Amino acid sequence: MAWTRDDVAARAARELQDGFYVNLGIGIPTLVANHIPEGMHVTLQSENGMLGMGPFPYEGEEDADLINAGKQTITELDSSSYFSSADSFAMIRGGHIALSILGGMQVSEKGDLANWMVPGKMVKGMGGAMDLVAGVKRVVVVMDHCEKSGAPKLLKACSLPLTGAGVVDLLITELGVFEINRGKTPVRLVELAPGVTVDEITAKTEAAFEVAL
Amino acid sequence: MVDKLSKDAVEALSGLLFDGMTIMAGGFGLCGIPENLIAAIRETGVKDLTVVSNNCGVDGFGLGILLENRQIKKMISSYVGENKLFEQLYLSGELELEFNPQGTLAERIRAGGAGIPAFFTRTGVGTLVAEGKEVREFDGELYVMERGLVADLAIVKAWKADAEGNLIYRKTARNFNPMMATAGKATVAEVEEVVAIGALDKDNIHTPGIYVDRVLKGAKFEKRIERVTTRPRETAKEQA
Repeated sequence: MAWTRDDVAARAARELQDGFYVNLGIGIPTLVANHIPEGMHVTLQSENGMLGMGPFPYEGEEDADLINAGKQTITELDSSSYFSSADSFAMIRGGHIALSILGGMQVSEKGDLANWMVPGKMVKGMGGAMDLVAGVKRVVVVMDHCEKSGAPKLLKACSLPLTGAGVVDLLITELGVFEINRGKTPVRLVELAPGVTVDEITAKTEAAFEVAL
Repeated sequence: MVDKLSKDAVEALSGLLFDGMTIMAGGFGLCGIPENLIAAIRETGVKDLTVVSNNCGVDGFGLGILLENRQIKKMISSYVGENKLFEQLYLSGELELEFNPQGTLAERIRAGGAGIPAFFTRTGVGTLVAEGKEVREFDGELYVMERGLVADLAIVKAWKADAEGNLIYRKTARNFNPMMATAGKATVAEVEEVVAIGALDKDNIHTPGIYVDRVLKGAKFEKRIERVTTRPRETAKEQA
């Protein structure tokens, strides 16, 4: 039984620590907010220019001037602050954000991340992802272990254009958890999802990794 | 004191537009965009524009209406995934596109407005973004050189203004607007409310009037929401 999307989000939430300023990407990373442990104080940054993101609004209380980086309506908290995008990325680039949890298309054993472009197919842009991986102290990637075709996504080298080189600290897939350590040490498989074997992961992974369960 | 108030969008843009110019347009998605000025630019038919904006609106709204009218030659943006027409025009070669990482785009504009011609950032090192640019090592880390960015015209959206051009923004509608206000050779601010001189808290003015040449009270604001997302009332605690 591999992990569900929600299980992966819950596992990623275990990377949070009390007092952290955190930036969550779009998709599964957004779900991490649902798993912040009771009593832990985590401040969510939205890179369009807000600290202290609150929950989604009740129907009828949406405010067009208050959205997150995924362009969803959100709410503010008593502790929230607003600022320009330049200030927002000064926080990010300046190393003031403790943790970023992002989605990925490919991760390499060197710690490279590709998550913004498929040449000839997907032309959307990198948004704030390149700044986040360049500036945030710890970068956690959550992604499916393989493509829909079955092709591995944890690779020796990314084939897609990079978002950042040597930037990934930890990778969480539905099959397990890998310490990437920005490519400074060999990749280590540190956790397995329930019912998943090392053999299964080996078969579905191109990158070399050590088993350290 | 100069009264910077324009009576309508036509007057606010009068004498400022020409074919081939560069325009910065504030906003993130559809949040905090100068929707009245964009509509007025469409009416003028000015063309071959280079537009600097984080996104390019959506089909039928925001900068999307300038795309539909084929007035934009080139976009400098960080994310354009919300717009089908954009993709079509780009893939068919009708539209040029320069992707900038969002923080690099914000800083290029901030730098341009502050008289800084270039700066170094870690963002994009080792990626396509750094190709053809100077990369230099500082304190053992690699940084790529990015250029400051200025425009012939900046159009921004604020919440309130006075006749001096002092601006305040509201919530996340601030986004790129403050930097763009500083980086236009001319800057026109579109606002929801014009207040009397002295009514704004002087300690809390986000954009001082020196950066603003003209102020337009928008005729109407649609303020469309791209992704209305709500939570059910009974599970209020779950979603965060």
